[in-house]
Amino acid sequence: MSLMHVSSPHVHKPVSSVEQVMKQVLLATIPGVLVLTWFFGPGTLINIVFGSALALAFEAWALWLRGKDYKSPLKDHSVVVTATLLCIALPPYAPWWLIAVGIGVSVLLGKHVFGGLGYNPFNPAMVGYVVLLVSFPLQMSSWTEPRGIGEVPGIVDAFTALFAASSYDAVTAATPLDLFRQNSGMLFDDLMQANAELKGPIAGLGWDLVNLAFLAGGIWLLRQRIFTWHAPLGMLAALTVCAAFGYDEGSSSGGGSVLFHLFSGATMFGAFFIITDPVSSAVSNKGRLIFGAMVGILVYLIRVHGNYPDAVAFGVLLLNFAAPLIDQYTQPAVYGTKKAEVDE
Amino acid sequence: MRQIFDIHGGIHPPERKDMSNPGWVSDCDMPSKLVLPVTQHIGAPARPIVEVGDTVLGGQMIAEAQGPVSVPVHAPSSGIVTAIEARAVPHASGLTDTCIEISLDGKDEWVSCQGLDNWRDETKAALLERVRLAGIAGLGGAGFPTAIKLASDREMGIHTLIINGTECEPYITADDTVMQRFARQIVEGAEILGHMVGAETVLLAVEDNKPEAVEAMRQAAEALAGAEVVTFPTKYPSGGEKQLIEILLNAQVPSGGIPADIGVLCQNPSTAIAVRDALIDGKPVTHRITTVTGMSLKNPGNRRVMLGTPIRELLDTAGFNADTADRVIHGGPMMGFAVTDLNMPVVKITNCVLAPTRSEIPPPQPQQACIRCGMCAEACPASLLPQQLYWYARAKDQDQLERHNLMDCIECGACAYVCPSHIPLVQYYRSAKGSIREATKEKIRSDNSRVRFEARQERLERELASREAKRAARKAAAEARAQSGDDPVQAAIERAKAKKAKQEAEQ
Repeated sequence: MSLMHVSSPHVHKPVSSVEQVMKQVLLATIPGVLVLTWFFGPGTLINIVFGSALALAFEAWALWLRGKDYKSPLKDHSVVVTATLLCIALPPYAPWWLIAVGIGVSVLLGKHVFGGLGYNPFNPAMVGYVVLLVSFPLQMSSWTEPRGIGEVPGIVDAFTALFAASSYDAVTAATPLDLFRQNSGMLFDDLMQANAELKGPIAGLGWDLVNLAFLAGGIWLLRQRIFTWHAPLGMLAALTVCAAFGYDEGSSSGGGSVLFHLFSGATMFGAFFIITDPVSSAVSNKGRLIFGAMVGILVYLIRVHGNYPDAVAFGVLLLNFAAPLIDQYTQPAVYGTKKAEVDE
Repeated sequence: MRQIFDIHGGIHPPERKDMSNPGWVSDCDMPSKLVLPVTQHIGAPARPIVEVGDTVLGGQMIAEAQGPVSVPVHAPSSGIVTAIEARAVPHASGLTDTCIEISLDGKDEWVSCQGLDNWRDETKAALLERVRLAGIAGLGGAGFPTAIKLASDREMGIHTLIINGTECEPYITADDTVMQRFARQIVEGAEILGHMVGAETVLLAVEDNKPEAVEAMRQAAEALAGAEVVTFPTKYPSGGEKQLIEILLNAQVPSGGIPADIGVLCQNPSTAIAVRDALIDGKPVTHRITTVTGMSLKNPGNRRVMLGTPIRELLDTAGFNADTADRVIHGGPMMGFAVTDLNMPVVKITNCVLAPTRSEIPPPQPQQACIRCGMCAEACPASLLPQQLYWYARAKDQDQLERHNLMDCIECGACAYVCPSHIPLVQYYRSAKGSIREATKEKIRSDNSRVRFEARQERLERELASREAKRAARKAAAEARAQSGDDPVQAAIERAKAKKAKQEAEQ
């Protein structure tokens, strides 16, 4: 019998692995994707399937180029998570090349140029998203009308859109955030009255339910202890505070209500699926709280005062830059640096 | 009910303590040979005082303490010394150390042991000397010389003695068994320890997964004024000295300090018994209760075993199946180390020998990239950032490692336990700590030689300067004389001329 010489600890938490973590993140996106599909048709689903397949191919290619073993990293599902997050953020019925460019940038420039999984300073999905947003603004803002206003495209339409974009002419419509951004002169309530898209139970039609679904998935991840509450709460709290201060009963130049901000666009998706990316965010819980809060403030400022209707991607990337600095100042107090006196 | 407090982090690994049947203990068969390392404690090795061929009796000292931080070794039974040489010893380094081998004669003859009739009449120094001569080192697994811990002379004194019966490591039930079977002796030992250090409060700390031990300790504690049994929720590593102090007292031992800095002393229940035995019965440490467990054993359980018994023999008496085990662990699964040679002996710190099957504790999984998920930081009982420490340990960035308090890591393994990327974090930290210690030593060495060099330079310059000054003074004097007209050379010539003239005149 030969004795194994290994370092302590000898036992390991059962069923705990990178694959497991990534799988849970993927599972948690299901409610949000289903609601997106209900309101906007199968576009997002097709984005995800097509994008994931491309992402796996890019990942394998990158690993091969770097002379790495490409079998086990492909099994860790991390690239599928990146692809899924990017594809959820893309408009449904995006042409194939848009997805391909986004995935290529995410996987190659977002991840592998820095050394692959665990080494990327920026959120790879957001790198891809922002490159697309500044390069192809037209395609990136073509959201279809939600169910209840327009017809929801079918599977055939979806494939036509993917591979023969020129022959597919979907009825696109502005999202509530677009309308809000372009609004000049209308009171918030009038804007709501004039545009059917804005008449959801909470915020914009469809979008409030999409946000609720991502919130549900995020809370499930929180309960699974995939991440802590600090970053999401920081972002949502900061956004709430900003919106509450900026809200002026709905004038034409006002900032929109708290509920409008919390349940529009990518708020919940960003709070629970994007800023919680551990690799590129701050490290300590306090750091993550600050990280999230700063994203929340940026999201509000860019939405209300910037040129883009939504801002989660910009907010996250800017804070990715700041994460090492935040880490420097938010190191938790270690055991032995407080409570030295015995209170008897 | 005493209020208890929570510590940061911690984990709940499967306990698997029932396997070794806590509360029951049997004697391990007497082996034919014992191998006794001269270092079974933290500190300087003991020096053998017997030679090959000597006949020794049980309880006889065979190696004496060298220096203050050292403890002697005693023969657990009678026999002949057959070797004094380097052998494999239980240590994480896997190194060898001097061992004294005794071939037992099976008669188990002992020296006569003389206890104290009334230890209360003795001075603290006399009691300490007895503890020191009895070879007592922390029996919980750390092996720090007990007399040193008891002697530590802080200004504030010790107000609280904690008997640490937490035993938070999975599998191990040695302390549990000792508490169930020998609660009275533990409390007697605690009384002596409390008397020696002047503690007003004695806390008998037991995790709440040991109800029988709690009950036994409660009954025994009634005999001692100021003693109280405290239970707290099961969580690893609550039994770490620093963690336990926070749980019981809501106080933290200062970074880099020891519990005595805040007036607390922790002792293991078996150590308390050893102190009691040393003073009341006059007996040194020669045996201990060790948990022998794991699915590769037919009859796991707790054994009273002679120190020096080869681990192989201890395993064999428990029905060891070598075919199903691919590692044997000295200590528990969280902090124990893999045994590299089954001829290694049971020593004072051997609280457990674990022989798991391959399916019970599978081989480590391949390491994946750190995704900085932070589960390690959530689990760390010292509130460190293990993911950052890992990063800096790989980068060999010693400044950042120290800034992130690597030295406050207690190596409990909670971070590596939860790591989804299966990174052997503790291994990185141990290695980095070693490098930092080396660098510190190197720095002290170079600082010393720099100080020496600078002192020498200064002395040489001083000497040079004083020589210069003397020369300058002489030169100045000579010049002064030359100017005033009395040139010594001219004067000497004049004197010589005068002398010569005088001689010529006489002739």
